[in-house]
Amino acid sequence: MGAGHAHVLYRESGSPVHRLPPEVKIAAMVLFTVAVVATPREAYWAFGGYALLVAVVAALARVGPRWLLSRALIELPFVLFAFALPFLGAGERVEVAGLALSVDGLHGAFNILAKGTLGVLASLLLAATTTTRDLLLGLDRLRCPQILTQIATFMLRYLEVLVGEARRMRVARVSRGDDPRFLWQLRGFAAGVGALFLRAFERGERVYLAMLSRGYTGRMPAVWQGAGAATAGQWAVAATVPAIAATIAAVALVLQ
Amino acid sequence: MHISNGIINGPVAAIFAALTLAALAFCVMRGRADLDDRLAPMAGLVAAFIFAVQMLNFPIFTAGVSGHLLGGALAAMLVGPWVGALCVAVVLIVQALVFGDGGVAMLGLNITNMALLGTAAAYLLIALLLRVLPRTPAGLAVTAFVSALVSVVVASQGFVLQYWLGGTTDLGGNLTGLAGTMAFAHLLIGIGEGLITATTVVTVAKVRPDLVYALRALKPVTPAPAVPVAGGAR
Repeated sequence: MGAGHAHVLYRESGSPVHRLPPEVKIAAMVLFTVAVVATPREAYWAFGGYALLVAVVAALARVGPRWLLSRALIELPFVLFAFALPFLGAGERVEVAGLALSVDGLHGAFNILAKGTLGVLASLLLAATTTTRDLLLGLDRLRCPQILTQIATFMLRYLEVLVGEARRMRVARVSRGDDPRFLWQLRGFAAGVGALFLRAFERGERVYLAMLSRGYTGRMPAVWQGAGAATAGQWAVAATVPAIAATIAAVALVLQ
Repeated sequence: MHISNGIINGPVAAIFAALTLAALAFCVMRGRADLDDRLAPMAGLVAAFIFAVQMLNFPIFTAGVSGHLLGGALAAMLVGPWVGALCVAVVLIVQALVFGDGGVAMLGLNITNMALLGTAAAYLLIALLLRVLPRTPAGLAVTAFVSALVSVVVASQGFVLQYWLGGTTDLGGNLTGLAGTMAFAHLLIGIGEGLITATTVVTVAKVRPDLVYALRALKPVTPAPAVPVAGGAR
């Protein structure tokens, strides 16, 4: 319960990327992704360029390739669609290993895999170099409406409350003779999901009231906002990544 | 159901991003009035709950898409349509930014489907069913179940519409197939979602009815137990 400052994906380090203010990193990451998505799918070399860019940033952030690639597997369920496209796509067919695959579908699959993976890698790099607190601070400095940052703040805090309560309830069940294994745990969980919600809420409400009584007004203390806001130099440093990506995208569009 | 980068083309994604921005701005405006001391922690918890629940992903192998629980109905029920849509949107934004679930460039599409369409469909049904059905725990459970089920299917059809507008790969005549697969798979997911939503909402409504937004709009189910005044002792 005392934690909550970092999340599972955060990698503690003092690298130059870690030290950049969060709002700069968020903006760079979003712009980079937009440039990647805007690239025409036939420009294979451009995606190589983006991958190189990601690798350079990862090296600067001292994030190892093994960590990055194993975490990138999270996207698998989301890009499953890509593997079906060569079979579902219409138009011209091509023979690959005895299977008649759609050319358009193959291009589509590459498109989704390449753009999806680059997007996931970019967001993993952001996650690895930014704590939860900084992320919310960055969104706040980027003029995200306060109601959204407030919900996000409580969401990230209550996630741990929820997980903690779920663990306690499981321990309570097991110590009363229940022996859930594998999927059968779900039954016990489903039966108790309403109770879990209420318990977590009442705990969360106490946390909220404690915050209110200590002067919380819906926003984190002003000290946090002021200190460490990005300087023009830091914006310029971080802007190199989306600038290079935008150049690659522009060239790919012109060459098309 | 998170759309990852590259599945829908850029222009359509940009149009939906602009639409989403306008809709969210409206929700922020309306939501501010709703968010009081009782709703603020509830909104956070609902978002956390949805965040946790969306981690459960069911790959739908036949179509190569994945589905998961959405939580729009739960949010609409407990914190109302405006704050509810914002809760789901926040979940999606955080997932896209740091967890790589769904592409950042596709956020407009994802928010439209899951936060806006899902919550709106759920809330319309909730408002309708709560007036029609008897005000009993069973009536509430049916309302929660049906609205969750329908909202999930509606959200999945949002994706089909977007794919029709700007899918990067031409599926030929397979679009109806895609619609059918998505609808069927999400019907199954919707049943799971409906059960979870119904149990959660009914438990909360039994213990703390003041926390259920959808019930607050209606006047109390039963008038406060009448204090016997006959005799006029007090």
